[in-house]
Amino acid sequence: MTIANPSGTTALPPKSKSGFKLSPAALIWPAMLYLILTTQVPFFMTIYYSFFQYNLLDPTSRPFIGLGNYATLLTDPQNLKIVLNTIVLALASLVLTLIIGGGLAMLLNREFPGRSLLRTLLISSFLVMPVVTAVIWKNMLMNPVFGFFSWVITKLGGQPVDWLAQYPMASVVAMITWEWTPFAMLILLTGLQSLPDDQLEAARLDGASPLQEFQHIVLPHWTQAIQVVVLMETIALLQVYGEIYGSTSGGPGIATTNLPYFIYQKAFAEYNIGLASAAGVITVVLTNILAVYMLRIITRNQPSKGE
Amino acid sequence: MKRILLLSLALFGTAQAASTITIATVNNPDMVTMQKLTPEFNKKYPDINVKWVTLPENELRQKITLDVASGAGTFDLATVGSYEVPIWAKNGWLDPLTPMFAKDPALAKAYDLNDVLPTVRSALSNGGQLYAVPFYAESSMTYYNKDLFKAANVTMPAAPTWQQIQTLASKIHNPSKGVYGICLRGLPGWGENMGLFSTMVNTFGGRWYDMKWQPQINTPAWKQAVTFYVDTLKKYGPPGATSNGFTENLTLMSQGKCGIWVDATVGAGFLSDPANSKVVGKVGFAKAPVGPGTPRGSNWFWSWNLAIPKSSKQADSAFKFLTWATSKDYIALVAKTKGTWASVPPGTRNSTYNNPQYKAAAGAFSSLVLSSIKSADVTKATKDPVPYTGIQYISIPQFQALGTQVGQYLAGALSGQSTIDATLKQMQDAAQKTAKDGGYQK
Amino acid sequence: MTAAPTHHNAVGSRHRVRNAFLTVITYVIALMFLFPLVWMVMAAFKTESQAFASPPVFFFQPVLENFQKALPTYGPALLHSLIAAFGSTLLAFILGLPAAFALAVYPTRRAQGVLSWMLSTKFMPAVGVIVPLFLIFKNLHLLDTLPGLILMYTTMNLPLVVWMMHSYMTEIPYAIYEAAKVDGASVGQEFFGIALPLAMPGVSATALLCLIFAWNEVFFALNLTSSNAAPLSVYIGQFKTSEGLFWAQMSAAATLTVLPVLIFGWVAQRQLVRGLSFGAVK
Repeated sequence: MTIANPSGTTALPPKSKSGFKLSPAALIWPAMLYLILTTQVPFFMTIYYSFFQYNLLDPTSRPFIGLGNYATLLTDPQNLKIVLNTIVLALASLVLTLIIGGGLAMLLNREFPGRSLLRTLLISSFLVMPVVTAVIWKNMLMNPVFGFFSWVITKLGGQPVDWLAQYPMASVVAMITWEWTPFAMLILLTGLQSLPDDQLEAARLDGASPLQEFQHIVLPHWTQAIQVVVLMETIALLQVYGEIYGSTSGGPGIATTNLPYFIYQKAFAEYNIGLASAAGVITVVLTNILAVYMLRIITRNQPSKGE
Repeated sequence: MKRILLLSLALFGTAQAASTITIATVNNPDMVTMQKLTPEFNKKYPDINVKWVTLPENELRQKITLDVASGAGTFDLATVGSYEVPIWAKNGWLDPLTPMFAKDPALAKAYDLNDVLPTVRSALSNGGQLYAVPFYAESSMTYYNKDLFKAANVTMPAAPTWQQIQTLASKIHNPSKGVYGICLRGLPGWGENMGLFSTMVNTFGGRWYDMKWQPQINTPAWKQAVTFYVDTLKKYGPPGATSNGFTENLTLMSQGKCGIWVDATVGAGFLSDPANSKVVGKVGFAKAPVGPGTPRGSNWFWSWNLAIPKSSKQADSAFKFLTWATSKDYIALVAKTKGTWASVPPGTRNSTYNNPQYKAAAGAFSSLVLSSIKSADVTKATKDPVPYTGIQYISIPQFQALGTQVGQYLAGALSGQSTIDATLKQMQDAAQKTAKDGGYQK
Repeated sequence: MTAAPTHHNAVGSRHRVRNAFLTVITYVIALMFLFPLVWMVMAAFKTESQAFASPPVFFFQPVLENFQKALPTYGPALLHSLIAAFGSTLLAFILGLPAAFALAVYPTRRAQGVLSWMLSTKFMPAVGVIVPLFLIFKNLHLLDTLPGLILMYTTMNLPLVVWMMHSYMTEIPYAIYEAAKVDGASVGQEFFGIALPLAMPGVSATALLCLIFAWNEVFFALNLTSSNAAPLSVYIGQFKTSEGLFWAQMSAAATLTVLPVLIFGWVAQRQLVRGLSFGAVK
């Protein structure tokens, strides 16, 4: 991850590595082995279960049904909506955290009284447990009768809004954005702080407008920070579960059901382990395609190694 | 330190070593009281250590099910709902209690099983064996805010019909003042909106399946019930009804925001607690409303019970706790500790309802609760015959899935995301798929 | 906003006004972001009926009864959370640091593939594998034990450690290793003598992130522990009852749960800033 290293030194691959007592590969294996054991073993069991009609509450009949569970999942048009929900949820939250986080980072990148205190306090929402977030937002903020938001709207002369029923997806996105904006803000802020002041000065002397300043200096400098945010948040946001569980329970209808919550419902509300396993396998395949694609874009900016 | 001590105790097992039982329970107030009274249990059985796992209903259900189904044996005593008991018993996951009572005649005599309400016992039995004992039981009834009724100059009949309820709600509804005519469960879930809605279907004359397991949702009774439910809540309900389950509606009712509320009988205790409720003494009670179809199945039956998983290694100690926590003595103990008979776990024993102190303390609603539970017959809940038991649920392993799914569709209709006809079609398809996949249709 | 160098004063004061305006905006946004937490902490000191009063209650006589209800079972859960979070972070580093070092300093053709694969394990939804995991844990007698929980949290954080530490270590100019090699340093000496000290800011930052993720993890905790190892994320569940009014009590428990990680995060925020940026964006 070394782009524009000011000192001009880049890590270069060693050409020969003979005569070491400790082989580098031996350093990698413990971590590899650990991950293989703890993730691939359960995953292969999941694949195995996905070929059975396996209801946890019905131990007497567990017939092998081949690809039956997959057929059920892939033929139900409703499930397309769940994949879409997963993407919309992750993408909308990602974009919002980038915009708000970026704005906050620029605001915080100025000298003003209380700056470091604000920066400290602003990370708070990132530290809150997802379940707690859901409970606070659902009950104390977004409830149409007792919620704080409704009170504000009524004070301003409006009608109370039932957020979770009328704008379910937007409400969940709002919660997640609240949680993840500090993360984006911090990374983008550190990105800004490494921006040399003289570059901005020079641009200002050339009569650049703030917009031009942003477009030609800040944004290119941010490329890498943005990639970090995108990668880390995508991993986290595709797995969102606690916030949905605690607020909308995937509803109304299936308006806020994403893939992890769907699997949860199949596995624990319906005890349909076979179907849940098949859905898990499909999720892993889909997300891995995405992961490979994303990692390729990100690593493209890295100096090539070992070739 | 204490942990290490316990561990070494467990490892080296001294002669008089205590046995330790792990009890899983729901964090509802009555169970929290049971947990707090553990020292009293130890006065009687000093050699039994009790460890508690307390979680919300859904989390606990998923946890116990996984544990019991896999035979992990984490729990020696589990809190199990009346829906699960017969299913788990059939799966051989629970220890039958009948032989355990037979083994200890003295204990059986003191326990007096015949005192436990017969409808409750029959709901917890399978093949002539008792598999769980009730900790508390509930039915459903109608609550109304007397102040709001007085202000609107209307009265609530003792046994209202749904039509009357709707008319009354329309007279009280005043959203600009933050007052809503009626609060009903809208939160999707087999134990949330479907709990109430299934009783509506019953009393409107509908049923899930006929005797050949053909789904009966595309019938006028269901359509009438869905239409009535959606209309009533949309016109006279609070905003955000699809987010409201028992707790949310209880909150609304206790803050004086609802004219009418049809829900679990346990709500009465909370509404009369001045620490939480603004409507103490202002709440009236009536029977659960009946529809045009049949009075059967118009009020539900639910009980939380204690049962011993087969995988328990401490079944004897667990049995001691189970009989202690559901005994007459325990009920008296709660009354003594809490200072009022109104807080004892309700709905389980005749002796509770014959107790003059209970009658005096629980007052207006106690006889209503008793008659509701006594009339809630899980074997006769519909107008037409059905091949299953249960009132607000049907006692098959697949119902939890079906109920949750249908509950989602119902919420979709309530929030206006789909039409009533489309909703009924979705429900019918789901019920058909369940019966077919479950191998019920011969 | 065109800069006119001839009107220096006008520009200066306009600049000052603009600056003050931006500062006010910053404060307003910060308050909006903090509000949900402030509101939660306030609710923790209210009575149940105040917590849900409408219109909302802003001024009230604070009560401590919610905390009295929440405290008795807090101690063990806090201890379990601390052990699980720190234990798993430590284990993830013991396994991950050498791997990150090897991948960064001795990259082979497959290095990028290994890194990508490790990160891709994080894409698997926990709920998809919980039943097999439960059965494995049952057979290995890991259910409801702290080692079991540490095992899973390590799995969760290990890819993160490798990925982030790899980024830091590639930052170290290769010439430094080269010089050490000339002096006859072994791989171990390179690791302990050069890579580790130079990547230390990255270590503290990555560790902080791991601690936060382990602290807030709910799903494994809920399904794999019950009492002997139940951390704070399970403890909080006790207060979310489905029967009754519990908002104030819930807020008190939530406050207790969030507080340690908040204080920790605030104090360690400098490291967080440095480390979250992957070292590369410094």
